[in-house]
Amino acid sequence: MALLEVNNLEVRFGLRSGEVSALRDINFTLERGERLGIVGESGAGKSVLGFSILNLLSRPGYIAGGEILFEGRNLAAMSARELRSIRGNRISMIFQDPMMTLNPVLTIGQQMVECLRAHRKISQQDAKRIALQKLKQVYIPSPEKRFDQYPHELSGGMRQRIVIAIGLLMDPDIIIADEPTTALDVTIQAEIMDLMLELCERNNVALILITHDLGVVSQVTKQAMVMYAGRIIEQGPTREIINDAQHPYTQGLMNALPQMAIPGQRLNQIRGSMPPLQKIPAGCAFNPRCEYVMEVCRSQLPEFTSSGGCRVACHLVAKMKLEEAAAQRVEEAN
Amino acid sequence: MTTTVPTTVTTAAESLVQIENLYKRFSISGDFLEQLKLRGGKLVREQEHVHAINGVTLDVRKGEALCVVGESGCGKSTVARTVMGLLSPSGGSIGYQGKRIDNLSDRQLIPYRRKMQMIFQNPYASLNPRMTIAQTLEEPVRFHNPKASAAEVRDKVYEVMQSVGIDPSWGKRYAHEFSGGQRQRISIARALAVDPEFIVADEPISALDVSIQAQVLNLMMDAQEKRNLTYLFITHDLAVVEHFGTRVAVMYLGSLCELAPTKTLFPSPRHPYTQALLSAIPRLETGRPGHIKLKGEVPTPVNLPSGCVFHGRCPHADERCKREIPQLIATDEGGQVACHAVEEGRI
Repeated sequence: MALLEVNNLEVRFGLRSGEVSALRDINFTLERGERLGIVGESGAGKSVLGFSILNLLSRPGYIAGGEILFEGRNLAAMSARELRSIRGNRISMIFQDPMMTLNPVLTIGQQMVECLRAHRKISQQDAKRIALQKLKQVYIPSPEKRFDQYPHELSGGMRQRIVIAIGLLMDPDIIIADEPTTALDVTIQAEIMDLMLELCERNNVALILITHDLGVVSQVTKQAMVMYAGRIIEQGPTREIINDAQHPYTQGLMNALPQMAIPGQRLNQIRGSMPPLQKIPAGCAFNPRCEYVMEVCRSQLPEFTSSGGCRVACHLVAKMKLEEAAAQRVEEAN
Repeated sequence: MTTTVPTTVTTAAESLVQIENLYKRFSISGDFLEQLKLRGGKLVREQEHVHAINGVTLDVRKGEALCVVGESGCGKSTVARTVMGLLSPSGGSIGYQGKRIDNLSDRQLIPYRRKMQMIFQNPYASLNPRMTIAQTLEEPVRFHNPKASAAEVRDKVYEVMQSVGIDPSWGKRYAHEFSGGQRQRISIARALAVDPEFIVADEPISALDVSIQAQVLNLMMDAQEKRNLTYLFITHDLAVVEHFGTRVAVMYLGSLCELAPTKTLFPSPRHPYTQALLSAIPRLETGRPGHIKLKGEVPTPVNLPSGCVFHGRCPHADERCKREIPQLIATDEGGQVACHAVEEGRI
């Protein structure tokens, strides 16, 4: 049994102007110790996906269908009480902005001890001992001193380490990190990413990394999925997606990176921008921006096609695969 | 570019903006009464300062895109704002085509403001939500050309809107009706509307998505070519710099560590900080090439370290680095670097 299995997840937002689907047909599995990257631009639904795994969506958002199986138990159908025993305990979450995550009026130590004692029946001293040990694990210098400090006394990188330490407090099975380094500088980002990799590997923790940065995904994760307008459009091993992207959107995203162009020359841009959820076009959501658009793309939703180790939702890829297969049959017949 | 270092004579000939030994301090002690402290029974006035820029000398050459990079708090945005006259320097001077402009009055600055425009990071905050796009774009044109007729103003606005790829018929809309990328195009249009020579862009694409970043960068490069613009481009994104910049200035804690042509900086960074910074860029390539780990954190700009500001985190620091502030020296590659270790040939 996979550690986490998401089947046909659908998330909707009931807005005054009508219902919109924020996520549709989300299917993936996560094994113990696996690292999965979720890539997409703003509005693709990647953060909503992160939130819905822990059933953290607040109104008007709700899970409209599908299941989220964590060790075979459906998180989407759990009571608030049952969920509390999983959130922060078995699955923890790291958010983008550590200043918003940490409580400004409690010391680091108080927040860590509070979290520990909410989940386990242990004494104050034991909780403090575990907290200090976790602070050491994330390389916080002089943890005893930091334990009694407030978040505002620490730098951005240090705060994010604290958040990671809190995420690790209960030795979770899964960490969901939503843009954990976006607010940080590149040297700090590199340090934090190294740290998360090391900790996940050492403790055999599965990681779901939500980011818009293809560079980070390529360095940290083994599996990746690319999202566009609430759907997965390509998923598979990270290396395959980075080196040989199949979906025109993934290709466009890769080619738009400055390092993919000759310095001083124009960048390869994707025209247009991602549609808002209320105005997702019929057929393939990417069709108005796609340079290979065909008639069928405008009317029919693409099914997933296997290509190497990846699954790609694109009519063009499907057509090419069919032609390839036909050509092969002809060859074999000859 | 030749491998010899440009002499002061040649730089003066092509230099558009001159930043000379710039200092900027911000007081963080509050007002006069808050500065008064009792010390040993005596009332004394104490002030604390953030030393945002400490002796930066840079010249922006005509037609180039000079990129200033560094991490948050290194003073790169303060440099941009001081150059634009939005902040007044605490020391040193800013020159435009050889004329000193940092001590001019607001009225005297008007002709320069027309030549120098700025693009800000956040297009959500930098456009007035109560004005339509047409009003936003007409205002600078009217202000700087008071004699222009209504038709001339309209034509100019039409022209800039077209050149940034915003449909001129959308002029009646308000900023909130546009997406982030479109808003940043409008900010660029506003800067271009007065036909400037020099544009300061402070993190113009950081708030945008990857596919939109490419659109806006292309737009800026097109504008540079068509309108003969010079850019001072502030960013923390080194991949963008590698693509866009003619020369790169690397800043750390208010000081300039290295200034070099983009072509030579990326393959052969000299300053230990530049080396660490470049090694930290997440790359798409297979494997994880180990990045240079810096010890510690950026010190606070309130109490600057003595000597080289980087010495506390530098793997090559020695006694001299703790004592003496390094000066910029010319390198063989045509750049300049402020590092004792490079000067002594230790690295």
